[in-house]
Amino acid sequence: MLTNRNSIARAASAGGATKANKAASTPATGSTIELTNVSKAYGEEWLSDQILDNLSLSITPGEMTVIVGPSGCGKSTLVNLLAGFEEPDSGKITIDGEEITGPGKDRMVVFQETALIPWQTTFENVVFGPKLRGDMKTADLEKEAKKLLVKVGLGEFMSKFPLQLSGGMQRRAELARALINEPKVMIMDEPFRGLDAMSRSLMQEFFLQLFEENRRTNVFVTSEIDEAIFLADNLIVLTNKPTKVEKIIDIKLPRPRNYSMLTSAEAFEYKRETMAILHEEAMKSFANTSKGVA
Amino acid sequence: MGNSTVQKRSKFSKLIQSVELRRAIMSIFVFLVVWQFGALIDDWTGYDMLGIGLVPPPVDVLITWADVVPNLGYWQSWVASFQRVLAGFLVAMIVGIPFGLMLAVNKYFRGIFFPPFEILRPIPPLAWVPASLIFWPTNEMSIAFVTFLGAFFTIVINVLGGARAIDVRYLRAAQSMGASQWHLFYRIILPGTLPSIFTGAAVGMGITWEVVLAAEMISGGGTQGGGGLGFFIWSSYMGGSLEHIVVGMISIGIAGYLCSSSIRKLGIFFMPWRRLF
Repeated sequence: MLTNRNSIARAASAGGATKANKAASTPATGSTIELTNVSKAYGEEWLSDQILDNLSLSITPGEMTVIVGPSGCGKSTLVNLLAGFEEPDSGKITIDGEEITGPGKDRMVVFQETALIPWQTTFENVVFGPKLRGDMKTADLEKEAKKLLVKVGLGEFMSKFPLQLSGGMQRRAELARALINEPKVMIMDEPFRGLDAMSRSLMQEFFLQLFEENRRTNVFVTSEIDEAIFLADNLIVLTNKPTKVEKIIDIKLPRPRNYSMLTSAEAFEYKRETMAILHEEAMKSFANTSKGVA
Repeated sequence: MGNSTVQKRSKFSKLIQSVELRRAIMSIFVFLVVWQFGALIDDWTGYDMLGIGLVPPPVDVLITWADVVPNLGYWQSWVASFQRVLAGFLVAMIVGIPFGLMLAVNKYFRGIFFPPFEILRPIPPLAWVPASLIFWPTNEMSIAFVTFLGAFFTIVINVLGGARAIDVRYLRAAQSMGASQWHLFYRIILPGTLPSIFTGAAVGMGITWEVVLAAEMISGGGTQGGGGLGFFIWSSYMGGSLEHIVVGMISIGIAGYLCSSSIRKLGIFFMPWRRLF
């Protein structure tokens, strides 16, 4: 069964190449990430909690790969492994063929809620990475940072501290902070969680616009089905612990996308399909935990 | 136009300030009036009012204070106590902050030094007084040592707790962007610990005053004029002057207020991200 899913993943990655060709005006940039038989458990051996068990999947270059799954299914673990914050117990994760051994600027993470550094102004947060690496001249860096901040609509808020910004502004500042490092891959860990519905949909549209501009490889983790379908090229549906790829759905909504597409029959079909899987998974874990309680 | 709005704003903020100031003055005044009447009730009725019946009324205290203020000895007491507090407090900060940070970031350091620290910490500073009087060559050194202890443990515990409570996502974000160990320490852990450092400093400063006063009373202060405010109160007590005791107490209140408000000011200066809105 497992090999079966691997082949689905490979097929999807092969399909991705043709799709990238479709968007001929904006050639695909970015990198491929391959996970091969990745396992990860937490805790001591005698009390270990197997989160990932022989998980294999590939992230297609220049595409938006969205990962959905029931809560507690190991999505954040996956993010930590991709980012290099943690190491797999076994198996291999590679980016463009090179094994990931630790965090690096080629993979920028946008975290849940916000991880802007509170004691730095918005501007200082954005220039933080290049400045401490010293890989840009100060004048160039400042120009670039200002350009990016204007682009995300924070030109007037550069000298504000993160806590003075609204939730949506914080996420945009964080996008700018990630983008200035010119990562090969953006890893988004439920980045819009905690926003109200209105700012959330605005952020999604803004984020899509950024993505469609330069088609950087994106891994976007979420638990919201609408968000997933709206953003995704590939929708990877995960099952509960130990995490397995239940299904990869090719989302063929045209780009550039807008929010009204979510009401199309096509989008409804994707939603129905995804919900059916997730509901079943959620029921399983619900039943398990309630048994545990009793 | 822009100019006038700025002016309006600053006038407005001044108004707020002055309202607060008036409120503060008013509340102190009401407190003094209640105190005055409470202290005089027994003169009028023959019955003591519980709690403040025997306390001298504020007017008498003020008269005594005016009498004391021109004395060099009174100011020498201030200087002596302040010197002890500052010496003990500063040494505690200088030793305590790096010590707390080391405990937080290095597990070997923590493994070695945390257990003895935790055994010494529950010992009240005043319990150290007899031993330090014996072991340190001069009275002054033993007072300084006990004062240091009072602030040290509080500061270390606060720094340790603050540094360990820093959100791991800040560290991870910085690591992703290529931060070295030194960057992580200097740009994330140190500023992230500042709020706890100032909390520790404020609490530590309070304890320092307590300890200095008690140590001055116990050690008898020593030389002429070098007794400090604690000894001022103690000798007033021995001399049986209630007014002088109260003058000493209020002096300590003012001294403590000066110290804690300067720590607050420093905190606002060093942590601009905390004075928002």
